[in-house]
Amino acid sequence: MSSPLLELKNLHVHYGAIHAIQGLNLVVNEGEIVTILGSNGAGKTTTLHSISGLIPTSSGEILFDGKRIDKTPAFKIVSHGIAQSPEGRMVFPDLTVFENLEMGAYLRNNKEEVDKDLHYMFSLFPRLLERKKQLAGTLSGGEQQMLAIARAYMSKPKLLLLDEPSLGIAPILVKAIFDAIVEINKTKNMTILLVEQNAFAALKIADRGYVIATGEMFMEGKADDLITNEEIQKAYLGH
Amino acid sequence: MNQDLVYFFSDLVQYLINGLAQGSIYALIALGYTMVYGIIKLINFAHGEFYMIGAFVGYYCLMSGMPLLLAFPVAMIGAGLVAIVVEKIVYKPIRHAGRIPALITALGTSLFFQYLGQGLIGADPKAFPEAIKSVTYTFGEVMITSTQIIIMAMTFILMLLLYWLVNHTRTGKAMRATSFNKNAAELMGINTDKIISITFFIGSSLAGAAGVLVGMYYNTVEPMMGLIPGLKAFIAAVLGGIGIIPGAVIGGLVLGVAENLVVGFWVSTYRDAIAFGILILILLIKPAGILGKNRREKV
Repeated sequence: MSSPLLELKNLHVHYGAIHAIQGLNLVVNEGEIVTILGSNGAGKTTTLHSISGLIPTSSGEILFDGKRIDKTPAFKIVSHGIAQSPEGRMVFPDLTVFENLEMGAYLRNNKEEVDKDLHYMFSLFPRLLERKKQLAGTLSGGEQQMLAIARAYMSKPKLLLLDEPSLGIAPILVKAIFDAIVEINKTKNMTILLVEQNAFAALKIADRGYVIATGEMFMEGKADDLITNEEIQKAYLGH
Repeated sequence: MNQDLVYFFSDLVQYLINGLAQGSIYALIALGYTMVYGIIKLINFAHGEFYMIGAFVGYYCLMSGMPLLLAFPVAMIGAGLVAIVVEKIVYKPIRHAGRIPALITALGTSLFFQYLGQGLIGADPKAFPEAIKSVTYTFGEVMITSTQIIIMAMTFILMLLLYWLVNHTRTGKAMRATSFNKNAAELMGINTDKIISITFFIGSSLAGAAGVLVGMYYNTVEPMMGLIPGLKAFIAAVLGGIGIIPGAVIGGLVLGVAENLVVGFWVSTYRDAIAFGILILILLIKPAGILGKNRREKV
């Protein structure tokens, strides 16, 4: 097993009076796909937001590449090598597809490298190439999701955070998107932390999984073990 | 052709020219209103004061013998820098306090600068130096002054620059990204605080440019000069659709022309009434403004 890329140590996060994350421990190793599962309000998105620096943490540590990043402002997290495709996609509706991808590469100066990654994203998501000059606000939900992932990829992160990429998207596109996630992980050896409510789809592509409930770790393990676990099946897989 | 008709049409053209010159000023000020609103959803009622500050920076530069071509950018930069400082020490601390506190703070800031100006400079109007000899060109019954031409030309140039900046530069795209969603922009690595400062700077420097142009047009400047044009520009921004940059230009020009038509053909004392009447109408009929549209999130 390779070295930990991301480590959350006894993380606590408050949303006003709400104690949203209560002592979370989590490790993501280099090259892995790790998924965080849990019901609505369990603290999945909050976890990703605190990694990205969008919400201040109350206590505990977030280590990335061995360095503490939990007091780093959000816009600097990207330069450390963490990108996020946020929940609800949040593509820039008044910018074209191409401009959205440019924004993903906002901090990069090497035009050649950026072009290479752009081509890679267009080969992965040919729909985006077709709609390159279209305003992102005119895309379908599934296309917006592809754009959000591609946009996050364009910063060429070491760790890609994906928040609910299957949310509200037609099943056929969900498959395309999950295939693309695996493809990025395998060919670019990009580490992925995936938050999902579609537990089955997530566990099928993940190496390991964490299940959180009301801000606390409920269960963790290899994806293959979780998928056959009775409790998990009952609670999240609808068996 | 009937002589009355000739008079009518020359009057009409005259009022249109006056209206476009006036409207250009409104548009320049409205751009800053709308840009700041677009990016932090703040109605910056102190924006008219940045226009006043620009006018005074221009005034003192010209009084010290600086050529207009230099005084103009200095006034723009001066107004822009004041706006950056105001944003940092006044607006930033209350950014998350909600809209009403922000609005009240903006009104307070506006009053602060109006009365600071009166205290420092005095309330009486100052004669703006004649930077360029004003020439009047006559075409039949229609007159246009060189100052009007400069106002319209400068406005046009500044708008083209702004258009290029917002649409074709990295900073401009970051501004549009930030105005959609601050968090999403931060996730791109965009320092949104810096982008907000830049937006305040650009918006206020445009107001500062308008201040100098108005000084040249009406030949006076005074500390309260920002009040009414500031309100008019706010109306222009709402009329065009607040937060929408081309809307500010359309709103400004429509308002300027409407005012001058009413003043010319009807009663000159209705100049302000028509502006506020338009505000009431647009809020009743199409609150999102001429270019405004309701956006729905896609699923």
